[in-house]
Amino acid sequence: MKIANASAQLPKAATGIEGLDEITGGGFPARRPTLVCGASGCGKTLVAIEFLVRGATQFDEPGVFMMFEETADDLAVNVRSLGFDLDALQAEGRIVLDHVHVERSEIEETGEYDLAGLFIRLGHAIDTIGAKRVVLDTLEALFSGLRNEAVLRAELRRLFRWLRDRGVTAVITAERGDGRLTRYGLEEYVSDCVVLLDHRVDENVSTRRLRIVKYRGSLHGTNEYPFMIGERGVTVLPITSLRLDHTASTERVSTGVAGLDEMLGRQGVYRGSSVFVTGTPGTGKSSFGAKFVDAGCARGERAMLFAFEESAAQMTRNMASIGVHIEPWVLQGLLQIHASRPTLHGLEQHLMLMHDAIKAFKPSLLVVDPISNFTVDLDDVGMKSTLMRLIDFVKHQEITAMFTDLCVDTGALLANTQLGVSSLMDTWIALGNFESNGERVRTVQVLKSRGMPHSNQIREFEIGPQGVQLFDIVVAGNRVVTGRERVAAHSRGADNAVQTP
Amino acid sequence: MKNDVPVEYQLRLYVAGQTAKSQAALLNLRQVCETHLAGRYTIEVIDLLLTPKLAAGDQILALPTLVRKLPQPLKRLVGDLSDEERVLVGLDIQPVAKRAAS
Repeated sequence: MKIANASAQLPKAATGIEGLDEITGGGFPARRPTLVCGASGCGKTLVAIEFLVRGATQFDEPGVFMMFEETADDLAVNVRSLGFDLDALQAEGRIVLDHVHVERSEIEETGEYDLAGLFIRLGHAIDTIGAKRVVLDTLEALFSGLRNEAVLRAELRRLFRWLRDRGVTAVITAERGDGRLTRYGLEEYVSDCVVLLDHRVDENVSTRRLRIVKYRGSLHGTNEYPFMIGERGVTVLPITSLRLDHTASTERVSTGVAGLDEMLGRQGVYRGSSVFVTGTPGTGKSSFGAKFVDAGCARGERAMLFAFEESAAQMTRNMASIGVHIEPWVLQGLLQIHASRPTLHGLEQHLMLMHDAIKAFKPSLLVVDPISNFTVDLDDVGMKSTLMRLIDFVKHQEITAMFTDLCVDTGALLANTQLGVSSLMDTWIALGNFESNGERVRTVQVLKSRGMPHSNQIREFEIGPQGVQLFDIVVAGNRVVTGRERVAAHSRGADNAVQTP
Repeated sequence: MKNDVPVEYQLRLYVAGQTAKSQAALLNLRQVCETHLAGRYTIEVIDLLLTPKLAAGDQILALPTLVRKLPQPLKRLVGDLSDEERVLVGLDIQPVAKRAAS
């Protein structure tokens, strides 16, 4: 979708908020007001302050934040968790914070008046630092403070004309009304661009969503986009439906298990692809994850492991028993392990934490082990959507990611969730574990691997102190033999070791 | 115990230049003060067009605004002060009975 034409006609002010500039095709309309509305607690103030702070720090546009409800100190404390130091920015003269106190009981109206004081204060603040951006948060406080609505509305009309004359890009916040966009109809005055924020709880998952209700003169994404508020500010996640334009690398990455690489077109998986590893308990999923990470770190790549079943120490110990030593990688700063119980946070929180961790560490390899206990409900729509967002994000970063998942039923290879989730994955490796002749035989097969020829065979493998090793396929008397039979046939010399096709 | 010391009023009128409203406010204010606070008041007029920085200090939003700095507590009146009753109530002034014209 080309947005270039529209942006050539309508200048935009980049917000610097991740994902938002993408959806709006460049940012908010420059030198015009934008309305950001939503219920209390949606994140309006945070979006507004980030717009201002990034304007000052990234785009050399100083800004004025005029607040009618919070005090400047409250705001500074609230946004410190986003990594914004408002005090420093004020000291440097890049932003001005002005708290306008409006208290109805303190105001005795004795005759005619207008809101010239507001204009003078705002004008003075703008002039003091040469501001190009202004935030008014939230103008509605004026309605509760001043009785004379006629005067107020006339002055608001005047204010928006004034803002336009001043040539500042303004963000106005307002609370959602019942059945209307805003409680006091502010959308009447601010009609160039309207953004609606939402915070809802869907099947126990809390999600924040953003929607561009209106953007005059510009193409924009019309969907609802999930967004998160994390340690570095607001991040809007454009869902895959907007652009399926990840670059497709032709480079291959080893899975860390030689035999498996062989099955995958002899080279392994594509860089930036998503790998699904499923199997019943005890089939060795985590071991594959560990080998993948181990091989990557040995190549000098950075890897990140999200463990949702075992602690980092447990993982380290268990992996050491199969000859995979991950501690040196951790010490060298090549590997980061994040372990937590999935029930500790909501899905949204998880996504956010993973997102922040990935952005900070910038790994090229990722393992999420497992994804299965995120939710108790096997048919969870929310989980698929969350996974989709994670995978999309990960692909955009060109990270090769491996996700392990538990099958509950040994017979059924394709559980409900897996059917849905597997469509998001490029490569699907199914681990099995069947009983044969009084012993359990481990098997691995490649169910699918997009973009490459792959083996269709079920291979036997073992996990031991040397790690994960696939056995050659041994045929004796017209059928593949496994376990003890294989060993016996091999030693008899009555076998034909078959190369994987 | 009777308090015989007259309370001194310190009033500050914020305006934005010479407009009809600001002039009306000043006129009305002087009248009220002369009538009810004779000899114990001071009026300071602050033109925010000249000194915009002062608007933030006393939290001025609407203009004209009259701020009673003394006696405490701080009181704020908004408007051109044409409603005398509101002004008296707002400033907490005991109205002096008007002397009958002789």
